Amino acid sequence: MAQVYRSPQVFRPRANTLFWLAVLGLILGASVALGLLYYLTVSPTFVRLVGVPIEQPVPFSHQLHVSGLRLQCLYCHTNVTESAYANVPATQTCMTCHSAVKPTSPNLSNVVASWESGTPIQWNKVHDLPDFVYFNHSIHVAKGVGCSTCHGNIAQMGYTNNVGGVYRVEPLYMGWCLGCHRAPENYVRPQEEIFNTAWEPPANQVEVGQQLVKEYGIRGSYELTRCAICHR
Amino acid sequence: MQYAQTTDTKAIHDDGETILLPGETHTSISSSIGGIVLSPTAVGWGVAIGISVLFLLALIYSITYLIAAGVGIWGINQPVGWGADIINFVWWIGIGHAGTLISAILLLLRQQWRTSINRFAEAMTIFAVCCAGIYPVLHTGRPWVAYWILPYPNTLGMWPQFQSPLAWDVFAISTYATVSVLFWLTGLIPDFALLRDKAQNQIARLFYGIISLGWRGSAKHWHRYELASLLLAGLSTPLVVSVHSIVSLDFAAGILPGWHVTVFPPYFVAGAVFAGFAMVVLLMLPIRKIYHLEAYITVKHFDLMAKVILATGMIVLYGYILELFYAWYSGNIYETFFAWNRMFGPYGWSFWALILCNGVAPQLFWSKRMRQSVPALIFVSVMVSIGMWLERFVIIVGSLYRDFLPSSWGYYTPSFWDWLMYIGTFGLFFTGMFLFIRLAPMIAVSEMHALLHQKKEEEHILSGEHDHAESHGQSHPQTA
Repeated sequence: MAQVYRSPQVFRPRANTLFWLAVLGLILGASVALGLLYYLTVSPTFVRLVGVPIEQPVPFSHQLHVSGLRLQCLYCHTNVTESAYANVPATQTCMTCHSAVKPTSPNLSNVVASWESGTPIQWNKVHDLPDFVYFNHSIHVAKGVGCSTCHGNIAQMGYTNNVGGVYRVEPLYMGWCLGCHRAPENYVRPQEEIFNTAWEPPANQVEVGQQLVKEYGIRGSYELTRCAICHR
Repeated sequence: MQYAQTTDTKAIHDDGETILLPGETHTSISSSIGGIVLSPTAVGWGVAIGISVLFLLALIYSITYLIAAGVGIWGINQPVGWGADIINFVWWIGIGHAGTLISAILLLLRQQWRTSINRFAEAMTIFAVCCAGIYPVLHTGRPWVAYWILPYPNTLGMWPQFQSPLAWDVFAISTYATVSVLFWLTGLIPDFALLRDKAQNQIARLFYGIISLGWRGSAKHWHRYELASLLLAGLSTPLVVSVHSIVSLDFAAGILPGWHVTVFPPYFVAGAVFAGFAMVVLLMLPIRKIYHLEAYITVKHFDLMAKVILATGMIVLYGYILELFYAWYSGNIYETFFAWNRMFGPYGWSFWALILCNGVAPQLFWSKRMRQSVPALIFVSVMVSIGMWLERFVIIVGSLYRDFLPSSWGYYTPSFWDWLMYIGTFGLFFTGMFLFIRLAPMIAVSEMHALLHQKKEEEHILSGEHDHAESHGQSHPQTA
């Protein structure tokens, strides 16, 4: 015969095991890869830096000013009840006190420099929502959403060893926003508690919340979860 | 013995009445179909795939530029927000339907003539779905977040809008693609095993050895294979109807005149089968000639496919007439205006061209001579392919460019990039098809063996020469 004889068997019996191992490995590998990808994309720590303090040009401590010196939130964030933005104070606001209090402290050097040059301090934004989200502070404050619901107990956030300052306590995911827009009764508080950053929901929050929702005239979740409520 | 016979089948006259020319044996089937794959690469094939890859590169280039620059490079704008991208999407997805119809419904209906064309048509389905699938993803404008349409627990705290046909589309098409690929691959397993056993090249032996998944042709294997084919055929059958019905609902669930019509689902499905069969005819004619497959793909096949084209063409024509009837019968001024505008507006020519391509041209197929004539088959298939593109153009652009408010009327012209991408998808389609022809038997060899066996058996019964059981048991093994 001119034709070269070849064994009809291409593989040895061991190939069966290898094949199944390969299939198993593929499934396991894909699951692990997908799981890891999923974890990394939803993980608040990795994606949204929850609990990671953002460095600022001035080592400002909320703990000192709010808890220690009892400054009211509105003293600096003057427009939070009226405007979409809870404005970061101008250098002038700092200087109302600091022109007399510790004006030569090295911690305040950037504030003084800004005061002298007339150039605003470039604070680093901690809670930065995407531009396609129209978040309005005033309506949230007016309808009983306190500062700490989104910003945490900010009165306890200090600034030590040149690291620290304000950090996020919430991931600011859309799903997190919707959590409240779907069931505001779980989160709203009475007006007198708005600026109390140590406020904790009472045991009968849902009951009180439902009452407050009625009093505030908060619209139903159907309306609150419409796309155009936040995306215009 | 049957195995020893060799016959020159090419000389036998095809009278247009048989789906398998006489003189074929189990050996000749295996060697002529399997031989195409195992023979050395032909120059012609290299040139063909080279040209296809060139077009594929054009597709990649246009997609890259699209992602970099945004959908503004397309001709779409207000009021025509759905343009060539959606037209081409519907066109490609429609082409795929012939494959599913042939492999699923004709299998369940036990139509023997499907045997030699199903593999090729299924491959056509898969690559057509690939081409179609590109469009809606790019149409979103932000293809990198296209996965948002999938239901998974996400940080948005939202599910996709399950009330929208656009979300159904995703499920319909991904199911369609998955089932089509599974069906196709399952059918290929015994043939891959055949190639593994016939191949002399060690790499080919390994390649076909791996993808034939250890097929040994035992009774148990055949039993499971038959069961899997039947189950997949059962799964595919509703898909023939569902996919294009849901595509049509993308329009019909809208409130635009010309879209909001209940006849859309059946009329779209018929249109899809219509376009698909035209494409099968168009591709099969040269392939059969080049690869000398006249014995397996006979004139009778084209005759039957032409009949399907005629039947579905009549349904589609009925749909066009019904749409105009609805416009008149509704008494709605917007519907009436829309119908008038479709026929006599600035884009009126596209409607009349559509009627010519889809309504008039297939009427040739009432004549048996036309159904069996190569030039007529090519002519009508080309007309139908153009006509089905025009149909989507008439439906999509025709309803959008003049809607309720004359102040928002506009006009639509596809841009250079629209055309480049459309031409580019042909590159993807043909690259896939040429690779398929080179790497897999384009006719299902194992099914051809079964068909031959069946034919011989019928002959025996008719001639009464042998005792049925005896001939069955002795001389015809089911496969090579």
